[in-house]
Amino acid sequence: MNDDATTELSDDALIRHARAGDLEAFEALVARYERQVYTLVLRIVRQEQDAQDVTQQTFISALEHLGGFRQEATFATWLFRIATHAALKILRKRKGLNTISFEEATEAQPDRDGLPHPEFIADWKQSPAELVTRHETQRLLEEALAQLDDKHRLVFLLRDVEGLSVKETAAALALSEANVKVRLLRARLQLREGLTRQFGDEARRVFSGHQH
Amino acid sequence: MKCEEMLALLNEYVDGTVDPALCAEFERHMAGCNPCQVVVDNIRQTIRLYQDGQPYDLPAPFRDRLHSALRERWKQQSANPPG
Repeated sequence: MNDDATTELSDDALIRHARAGDLEAFEALVARYERQVYTLVLRIVRQEQDAQDVTQQTFISALEHLGGFRQEATFATWLFRIATHAALKILRKRKGLNTISFEEATEAQPDRDGLPHPEFIADWKQSPAELVTRHETQRLLEEALAQLDDKHRLVFLLRDVEGLSVKETAAALALSEANVKVRLLRARLQLREGLTRQFGDEARRVFSGHQH
Repeated sequence: MKCEEMLALLNEYVDGTVDPALCAEFERHMAGCNPCQVVVDNIRQTIRLYQDGQPYDLPAPFRDRLHSALRERWKQQSANPPG
Protein backbone atom coordinates (compact mmCIF):
# COMPACT_ATOMS: atom_id res chain seq x y z
CA MET A 1 0.00 0.00 0.00
CA ASN A 2 1.21 3.53 -0.61
CA ASP A 3 1.04 6.34 1.96
CA ASP A 4 -2.14 7.86 0.57
CA ALA A 5 -3.92 4.53 0.79
CA THR A 6 -2.85 3.86 4.38
CA THR A 7 -3.62 7.29 5.82
CA GLU A 8 -7.26 6.97 4.81
CA LEU A 9 -7.82 3.53 6.34
CA SER A 10 -9.39 3.03 9.76
CA ASP A 11 -7.36 1.52 12.58
CA ASP A 12 -9.31 -1.73 12.23
CA ALA A 13 -8.52 -1.98 8.52
CA LEU A 14 -4.83 -1.25 9.12
CA ILE A 15 -4.72 -3.88 11.87
CA ARG A 16 -6.24 -6.45 9.50
CA HIS A 17 -3.65 -5.63 6.81
CA ALA A 18 -0.81 -5.69 9.35
CA ARG A 19 -1.92 -9.08 10.67
CA ALA A 20 -1.93 -10.33 7.09
CA GLY A 21 1.75 -9.38 6.90
CA ASP A 22 1.66 -5.83 5.56
CA LEU A 23 4.50 -3.90 7.22
CA GLU A 24 3.41 -0.59 5.70
CA ALA A 25 0.03 -0.91 7.35
CA PHE A 26 1.73 -1.48 10.70
CA GLU A 27 4.01 1.51 10.15
CA ALA A 28 0.98 3.64 9.31
CA LEU A 29 -0.52 2.67 12.68
CA VAL A 30 2.73 3.58 14.40
CA ALA A 31 2.87 6.93 12.57
CA ARG A 32 -0.70 7.61 13.64
CA TYR A 33 -0.04 7.12 17.37
CA GLU A 34 3.69 7.62 17.94
CA ARG A 35 3.38 11.26 19.00
CA GLN A 36 0.60 10.56 21.47
CA VAL A 37 2.42 7.58 22.98
CA TYR A 38 5.71 9.47 23.19
CA THR A 39 4.04 12.50 24.82
CA LEU A 40 2.18 10.34 27.34
CA VAL A 41 5.34 8.44 28.23
CA LEU A 42 7.48 11.59 28.44
CA ARG A 43 4.98 13.05 30.89
CA ILE A 44 5.07 9.91 33.02
CA VAL A 45 8.82 9.27 33.14
CA ARG A 46 9.90 12.93 32.63
CA GLN A 47 13.25 11.99 31.14
CA GLU A 48 13.98 12.04 27.42
CA GLN A 49 16.09 8.88 27.09
CA ASP A 50 13.69 6.82 29.20
CA ALA A 51 10.77 8.19 27.18
CA GLN A 52 12.40 7.08 23.93
CA ASP A 53 13.19 3.62 25.34
CA VAL A 54 9.63 3.15 26.60
CA THR A 55 8.11 4.40 23.33
CA GLN A 56 10.20 1.92 21.37
CA GLN A 57 9.36 -0.94 23.76
CA THR A 58 5.69 -0.08 23.42
CA PHE A 59 5.63 -0.38 19.64
CA ILE A 60 7.88 -3.47 19.59
CA SER A 61 5.49 -5.06 22.07
CA ALA A 62 2.50 -4.01 19.96
CA LEU A 63 4.16 -5.57 16.91
CA GLU A 64 4.80 -8.83 18.77
CA HIS A 65 1.32 -9.03 20.26
CA LEU A 66 -0.78 -7.66 17.43
CA GLY A 67 -2.32 -11.09 16.97
CA GLY A 68 -3.53 -10.98 20.58
CA PHE A 69 -5.26 -7.59 20.28
CA ARG A 70 -8.92 -8.43 20.84
CA GLN A 71 -10.57 -5.16 19.88
CA GLU A 72 -12.45 -5.01 23.19
CA ALA A 73 -10.70 -1.67 23.61
CA THR A 74 -9.67 0.72 20.86
CA PHE A 75 -6.20 0.27 19.42
CA ALA A 76 -5.16 3.58 21.06
CA THR A 77 -6.32 2.42 24.50
CA TRP A 78 -4.48 -0.86 24.03
CA LEU A 79 -1.27 1.04 23.12
CA PHE A 80 -1.63 3.41 26.09
CA ARG A 81 -1.95 0.41 28.40
CA ILE A 82 1.23 -1.16 27.05
CA ALA A 83 3.03 2.18 27.29
CA THR A 84 1.83 2.79 30.85
CA HIS A 85 3.01 -0.63 31.99
CA ALA A 86 6.45 -0.04 30.50
CA ALA A 87 6.67 3.47 31.95
CA LEU A 88 5.64 2.23 35.40
CA LYS A 89 8.47 -0.28 35.33
CA ILE A 90 10.89 2.62 34.93
CA LEU A 91 9.31 4.55 37.80
CA ARG A 92 9.44 1.49 40.04
CA LYS A 93 13.07 0.83 39.19
CA ARG A 94 13.96 4.40 40.05
CA LYS A 95 12.28 4.09 43.40
CA GLY A 96 13.97 0.77 44.07
CA LEU A 97 10.62 -0.93 44.24
CA ASN A 98 11.34 -3.44 41.51
CA THR A 99 10.89 -6.36 43.89
CA ILE A 100 7.30 -5.57 44.81
CA SER A 101 4.27 -6.31 42.74
CA PHE A 102 2.56 -4.00 40.30
CA GLU A 103 -0.55 -3.81 42.48
CA GLU A 104 1.43 -2.86 45.57
CA ALA A 105 3.35 -0.19 43.72
CA THR A 106 0.28 1.49 42.39
CA GLU A 107 -2.23 0.98 45.18
CA ALA A 108 0.14 1.27 48.14
CA GLN A 109 -1.41 4.37 49.65
CA PRO A 110 -5.12 4.75 49.10
CA ASP A 111 -6.30 8.32 49.48
CA ARG A 112 -8.11 8.64 52.74
CA ASP A 113 -7.36 12.24 53.63
CA GLY A 114 -9.82 15.04 53.02
CA LEU A 115 -9.82 16.79 49.68
CA PRO A 116 -7.67 19.87 49.19
CA HIS A 117 -9.84 22.99 49.32
CA PRO A 118 -9.69 25.44 46.44
CA GLU A 119 -7.78 28.54 47.59
CA PHE A 120 -7.15 30.75 44.59
CA ILE A 121 -10.55 31.12 42.93
CA ALA A 122 -10.83 33.51 39.99
CA ASP A 123 -12.11 33.61 36.44
CA TRP A 124 -9.33 33.16 33.93
CA LYS A 125 -8.13 36.14 31.92
CA GLN A 126 -8.28 34.19 28.67
CA SER A 127 -10.23 31.23 27.39
CA PRO A 128 -8.52 27.84 26.92
CA ALA A 129 -8.84 28.34 23.14
CA GLU A 130 -6.81 31.56 23.41
CA LEU A 131 -4.35 30.18 25.94
CA VAL A 132 -3.54 27.09 23.90
CA THR A 133 -2.10 29.28 21.13
CA ARG A 134 0.33 31.00 23.52
CA HIS A 135 3.81 29.54 23.49
CA GLU A 136 4.40 29.76 27.25
CA THR A 137 1.12 27.96 28.01
CA GLN A 138 2.65 24.59 27.12
CA ARG A 139 5.51 25.13 29.56
CA LEU A 140 3.08 26.13 32.33
CA LEU A 141 0.91 23.07 31.66
CA GLU A 142 3.93 20.77 31.87
CA GLU A 143 5.12 22.44 35.08
CA ALA A 144 1.71 22.04 36.69
CA LEU A 145 1.63 18.35 35.69
CA ALA A 146 5.13 17.82 37.07
CA GLN A 147 3.93 19.10 40.46
CA LEU A 148 1.53 16.19 40.82
CA ASP A 149 2.48 12.93 42.55
CA ASP A 150 3.05 10.09 40.09
CA LYS A 151 -0.16 8.36 41.16
CA HIS A 152 -2.28 11.44 40.53
CA ARG A 153 -0.52 12.40 37.29
CA LEU A 154 -0.96 8.90 35.82
CA VAL A 155 -4.70 8.90 36.40
CA PHE A 156 -5.15 12.41 34.98
CA LEU A 157 -3.09 11.61 31.87
CA LEU A 158 -4.97 8.42 31.05
CA ARG A 159 -8.46 9.61 31.91
CA ASP A 160 -8.53 13.28 30.95
CA VAL A 161 -5.76 13.65 28.38
CA GLU A 162 -5.98 10.31 26.56
CA GLY A 163 -9.69 9.89 27.14
CA LEU A 164 -9.78 6.40 28.67
CA SER A 165 -12.90 5.61 30.67
CA VAL A 166 -12.68 5.28 34.47
CA LYS A 167 -12.92 1.51 34.00
CA GLU A 168 -10.13 1.41 31.41
CA THR A 169 -7.93 3.67 33.55
CA ALA A 170 -8.52 1.39 36.53
CA ALA A 171 -7.58 -1.66 34.45
CA ALA A 172 -4.45 -0.01 33.02
CA LEU A 173 -3.17 0.91 36.48
CA ALA A 174 -4.49 -2.13 38.37
CA LEU A 175 -6.50 0.16 40.63
CA SER A 176 -10.09 0.05 41.82
CA GLU A 177 -12.48 2.39 40.02
CA ALA A 178 -13.16 4.14 43.34
CA ASN A 179 -9.46 4.83 43.73
CA VAL A 180 -9.23 6.16 40.17
CA LYS A 181 -12.06 8.59 40.89
CA VAL A 182 -10.49 9.91 44.07
CA ARG A 183 -7.10 10.33 42.44
CA LEU A 184 -8.64 12.02 39.43
CA LEU A 185 -10.46 14.51 41.62
CA ARG A 186 -7.26 15.33 43.52
CA ALA A 187 -5.35 15.73 40.27
CA ARG A 188 -7.99 18.01 38.77
CA LEU A 189 -8.21 20.13 41.92
CA GLN A 190 -4.45 20.48 42.18
CA LEU A 191 -4.06 21.38 38.51
CA ARG A 192 -6.94 23.86 38.77
CA GLU A 193 -5.23 25.51 41.72
CA GLY A 194 -1.88 25.77 39.95
CA LEU A 195 -3.26 26.97 36.64
CA THR A 196 -5.64 29.48 38.19
CA ARG A 197 -2.68 31.04 40.00
CA GLN A 198 -1.10 31.46 36.54
CA PHE A 199 -4.10 32.31 34.40
CA GLY A 200 -6.58 33.70 36.94
CA ASP A 201 -7.53 37.36 36.91
CA GLU A 202 -6.39 38.73 40.28
CA ALA A 203 -8.89 41.60 39.92
CA ARG A 204 -11.73 39.08 39.73
CA ARG A 205 -10.55 36.85 42.52
CA VAL A 206 -13.45 35.46 44.55
CA PHE A 207 -13.23 35.05 48.28
CA SER A 208 -15.70 32.93 50.17
CA GLY A 209 -16.70 33.60 53.73
CA HIS A 210 -16.54 29.90 54.46
CA GLN A 211 -14.09 27.17 53.62
CA HIS A 212 -14.28 25.76 50.10
CA MET B 1 -25.90 21.06 49.91
CA LYS B 2 -22.65 22.45 51.32
CA CYS B 3 -19.52 23.44 49.39
CA GLU B 4 -17.73 20.43 50.88
CA GLU B 5 -20.35 18.07 49.42
CA MET B 6 -20.07 19.88 46.10
CA LEU B 7 -16.38 19.16 46.04
CA ALA B 8 -16.96 15.43 46.45
CA LEU B 9 -19.38 15.41 43.50
CA LEU B 10 -17.29 17.63 41.27
CA ASN B 11 -15.96 14.85 39.00
CA GLU B 12 -19.37 13.37 38.36
CA TYR B 13 -20.85 16.79 37.68
CA VAL B 14 -18.12 17.86 35.29
CA ASP B 15 -18.21 14.48 33.50
CA GLY B 16 -22.00 14.57 33.28
CA THR B 17 -22.42 11.32 35.20
CA VAL B 18 -24.02 12.68 38.36
CA ASP B 19 -27.37 11.32 39.47
CA PRO B 20 -30.12 13.67 38.11
CA ALA B 21 -31.57 14.44 41.54
CA LEU B 22 -28.14 15.34 42.90
CA CYS B 23 -27.40 17.29 39.75
CA ALA B 24 -30.38 19.57 40.37
CA GLU B 25 -29.22 20.09 43.96
CA PHE B 26 -25.71 20.80 42.72
CA GLU B 27 -27.00 23.44 40.34
CA ARG B 28 -29.20 25.05 42.98
CA HIS B 29 -26.15 25.37 45.20
CA MET B 30 -24.06 26.84 42.40
CA ALA B 31 -26.71 29.41 41.53
CA GLY B 32 -26.23 30.91 45.00
CA CYS B 33 -22.51 30.29 45.42
CA ASN B 34 -20.21 32.22 43.12
CA PRO B 35 -16.95 30.62 44.36
CA CYS B 36 -18.29 27.14 43.54
CA GLN B 37 -19.41 28.33 40.11
CA VAL B 38 -15.93 29.66 39.39
CA VAL B 39 -14.26 26.47 40.64
CA VAL B 40 -16.41 24.33 38.35
CA ASP B 41 -15.62 26.66 35.47
CA ASN B 42 -11.88 26.58 36.27
CA ILE B 43 -11.88 22.77 36.38
CA ARG B 44 -13.58 22.56 32.98
CA GLN B 45 -11.05 25.01 31.52
CA THR B 46 -8.17 23.05 33.05
CA ILE B 47 -9.30 19.78 31.45
CA ARG B 48 -10.01 21.49 28.14
CA LEU B 49 -6.58 23.11 28.04
CA TYR B 50 -4.82 19.76 28.44
CA GLN B 51 -7.10 18.06 25.92
CA ASP B 52 -6.56 20.77 23.32
CA GLY B 53 -2.77 20.73 23.62
CA GLN B 54 -0.93 19.06 20.74
CA PRO B 55 1.29 16.04 21.40
CA TYR B 56 5.03 16.49 20.92
CA ASP B 57 6.88 15.44 17.79
CA LEU B 58 9.42 12.68 18.18
CA PRO B 59 12.98 13.94 17.80
CA ALA B 60 13.83 13.07 14.17
CA PRO B 61 16.83 10.80 14.90
CA PHE B 62 14.75 8.86 17.41
CA ARG B 63 11.88 8.50 14.93
CA ASP B 64 14.30 7.04 12.36
CA ARG B 65 15.73 4.62 14.93
CA LEU B 66 12.25 3.58 16.06
CA HIS B 67 11.04 2.79 12.57
CA SER B 68 14.17 0.89 11.57
CA ALA B 69 14.00 -1.14 14.82
CA LEU B 70 10.38 -1.99 14.01
CA ARG B 71 11.21 -3.02 10.44
CA GLU B 72 14.02 -5.22 11.75
CA ARG B 73 11.76 -6.88 14.32
CA TRP B 74 9.05 -7.32 11.69
CA LYS B 75 11.48 -9.16 9.41
CA GLN B 76 12.58 -11.47 12.24
CA GLN B 77 8.99 -12.19 13.16
CA SER B 78 8.03 -12.88 9.53
CA ALA B 79 10.98 -15.27 9.22
CA ASN B 80 9.93 -17.11 12.41
CA PRO B 81 6.19 -16.65 12.82
CA PRO B 82 4.93 -17.52 16.32
CA GLY B 83 3.32 -20.90 16.81
